[in-house]
Amino acid sequence: MTAETELIREDIEAYLAKYQTKELLRFVAVGSVDDGKSTLIGRLLFDTGMVYEDQLAAVRRASSMEGEDIDFALLTDGLKAEREQGITIDVAYRYFATDKRKFIIADTPGHIQYTRNMVTGASTADVALILIDARYGVLQQSRRHAYIASLLGIPHLAVCVNKMDLVDFGQKVFDDITADFNHFASSLRFKDVTFFPVSALKGDNIVTTSAKTPWYEGPTVLDYLETVPIADDRNLHELRFPVQYVIRPNLDYRGFAGTVGSGVIKPGEEVLALPSGKRSTVRAVDTFDGPIDEGFAPQSVTVRLNDEIDLSRGDMLVHPSALPTVTRRFDAHLVWMHERPLDTEKAYLIKHTTQVVRGQIEHIEHRVDMDTLEPAPAEGLELNDVARVRVSCHRALYVDDYADNRETGAFIVIDSLTNNTVAAGMVIGKGGARQGIEDALKELHAGSAIAPKTFVSPTERRERLGQSGATVWLTGLPGSGRWTLAFALERRLFDLGHTATVVDPRDEDLRSMISAAKAATDAGLITICAFPSPKHDDRAQLRSRVGAERVVQVFVNTDPALCRERRPDADQSAFEPPEHFELEVRLHETRIDAAVEQIIALLRTRGQLG
Amino acid sequence: MQIDARKLTHLRELEAESIHIIREAAAACDKPVMLYSIGKDSTVMLRLAQKAFAPGPLPFPLMHIDTTWKFRDMIAFRNELAKQPGIEMLVYTNQDGVAQNMNPFDYGSNKYTTVMKTEALKQALDKYKFDCAFGGARRDEEKSRAKERVFSFRDQYHQWDPKNQRPELWRLYNAKINQGESVRVFPLSNWTELDVWLYLWVEDVPVVPLYFAKERPVVVRDGTLIMVDDDRMRLKDGEQPKMKRVRFRTLGCYPLSGAVPSDADTLPKIIQEMLLNKFSERQGRLIDFDEEGSMELKKREGYF
Repeated sequence: MTAETELIREDIEAYLAKYQTKELLRFVAVGSVDDGKSTLIGRLLFDTGMVYEDQLAAVRRASSMEGEDIDFALLTDGLKAEREQGITIDVAYRYFATDKRKFIIADTPGHIQYTRNMVTGASTADVALILIDARYGVLQQSRRHAYIASLLGIPHLAVCVNKMDLVDFGQKVFDDITADFNHFASSLRFKDVTFFPVSALKGDNIVTTSAKTPWYEGPTVLDYLETVPIADDRNLHELRFPVQYVIRPNLDYRGFAGTVGSGVIKPGEEVLALPSGKRSTVRAVDTFDGPIDEGFAPQSVTVRLNDEIDLSRGDMLVHPSALPTVTRRFDAHLVWMHERPLDTEKAYLIKHTTQVVRGQIEHIEHRVDMDTLEPAPAEGLELNDVARVRVSCHRALYVDDYADNRETGAFIVIDSLTNNTVAAGMVIGKGGARQGIEDALKELHAGSAIAPKTFVSPTERRERLGQSGATVWLTGLPGSGRWTLAFALERRLFDLGHTATVVDPRDEDLRSMISAAKAATDAGLITICAFPSPKHDDRAQLRSRVGAERVVQVFVNTDPALCRERRPDADQSAFEPPEHFELEVRLHETRIDAAVEQIIALLRTRGQLG
Repeated sequence: MQIDARKLTHLRELEAESIHIIREAAAACDKPVMLYSIGKDSTVMLRLAQKAFAPGPLPFPLMHIDTTWKFRDMIAFRNELAKQPGIEMLVYTNQDGVAQNMNPFDYGSNKYTTVMKTEALKQALDKYKFDCAFGGARRDEEKSRAKERVFSFRDQYHQWDPKNQRPELWRLYNAKINQGESVRVFPLSNWTELDVWLYLWVEDVPVVPLYFAKERPVVVRDGTLIMVDDDRMRLKDGEQPKMKRVRFRTLGCYPLSGAVPSDADTLPKIIQEMLLNKFSERQGRLIDFDEEGSMELKKREGYF
């Protein structure tokens, strides 16, 4: 820092000229409350001079520690509520710079909500920095952290074996942990794994090489962060340009604005537009500062084409020789991030690049047991669960395997009712031969892979309405009092706070009536039907279409003589008395209101009324 | 071209990220507005927005919440900017506050800020029914901001709930909201104060002259240098404005903005001074001294 300070003092413009050529490195720091992560980050900030005097003074005041040591963890403590609880509950971002690079740290807590937070912080990181307490060695949680870092496609892993001061800076301790960890990490997908013997508290091998570890010849943590090569981690060989915004200030200018997700886009090159499949050539790659020779990831540019092809937000420009997989169905790793569990019956919104489509988690293949990191059977997914799932969408997405392309391999899942982000997903490629253009176009123009699906699941309707949909089907002779009973039941249910309706298009044919009953039942209503259904066949049809478990058949068995007296013109002979019914009421013996209560009692017993 | 040439400097990478964020919000929201505070961060944010939609105009207006106590230089700068083609500038003042003669002397900075800034902002967002407001806040400004999202969700009362923020992954921002709710979008989240100054220097963008050192009339109050910008300034017994060579590190309402003695009259000199001094940015802004964790409280109430 001193040489740098000198330059700032002597020749600020030279310093600025140098400073602005710095590269950006994003890393995620993971660790538990006790393994010293906050201290390590505080140490990095402090030793690189990124702590302001007044902050430091405040920390000195607040430090509960005796003696000369400063509690560096206090530098990175965030919200007031957290300070009171003494834990960090969310991802926090910190910034510092050295004369080589500028750094963005995603500081993620290691306690129970670690998966959600770590996944969030890891999604954009080039390097994962995890801490291991030298006294305890490689714990399950260290494996978990490494697994998630690998799952999120972080290329470089830095393992800091911390608290070396408490094990007398013993080489054997460090070597054993390194060997143990390497054994496990060989099954993961890191480009490289590097180990550091450190003491965050005392500062050994963080910024300055420690005299206490003469046996260690590697770099300090900061040296490593300053030099680990990251430029080659980008995918610069497959063009993925998702159109984000169409700029059309006048009739002569039509530019497709977006961020180059991967690859390079150059004037003169042929591109193919998805989903239209149309081809054109790039006319110009524009920026505010003028056209450029080429746009590369992750630049934000505006592309103009030589042909007037229809393109809008969500579409993608690619090179015809390197197509993504165009598909409505794909496998993915999914991390569930919300307290409300996954509902496989429900349609969610899936945001992928600049597209938002309706989709569904069709099937959970298996969950990952976060203790053993082995597949485990899964009934459902809850907060912090990681699973392999099958996703299906209403429209095709243009995806790549996440391991090849973080840009087109990543998606988030949004609850369409609350708008919360509930899951993060990473596409698992099919492997094998690449999909050809013909296949891609066929997939694009095929009918929907799944039937259009409601965004509202039966569970949500049940919670909202305090009941589950049912059809109360009243059968009986003409004149038995079905309609009177139907409307009395509707009124009583309404008074009790339930939502009920009588299906009453009296002159429709039976099929339409059943459709109407099914629709109302699907909507979660107590659907009361009293229209004539004299035949066994009629009732069988209804049971099969509405679903037998949702139908409550009530036989309104009023004395036939009384019915004939009431409706002398009606034909009683067509009526086939039901053989199976859930309840029988005899309206010549029972009052209407008592019959209503009997039906309601039955609905309660069946769990239909909440 | 070699692969090695395809590298972005950190500043250009931040620029690309911010442009992406601005375009994303403009595409996903129905009625965005850019909150323009006239300060250096707003100036950078505006430049990035112009870059995002060039050669077209900004697809949203700028809005300045005018407390009526801003420095005169700030208002002049804003009015000049508003004359530029492609810029629509809305100015909003809480008229209830004006009617009550709300001022920073009689009411204290906390009450005054609540009425003239927080309340005014809520009123303006409700009046124009904006569902998305860009703000120039940075995560490095203050500890409570370190966990703020880029797309920060606010309920229908404009409140921020730190426990109910959406996880934000990759570049996949979730701007979905229900009727009446809104998002605050912070394109400069990952910028530091140094990045902002450096960008202004690299891009050669004009900023309000108050940032540069000049002889200005000031009084010392509670250990802070306060500039006497107009005759509404209430001088206490014994306070006598003196000309001092000062500049401002942050800009706001003049009776609440502390000046620092300085000779820095160019951007490089400002940066030099900043790097060598290493004092926290908000030390010059009085509102934060009211209470421990006060920015967090203000944010919950709807202030940026």
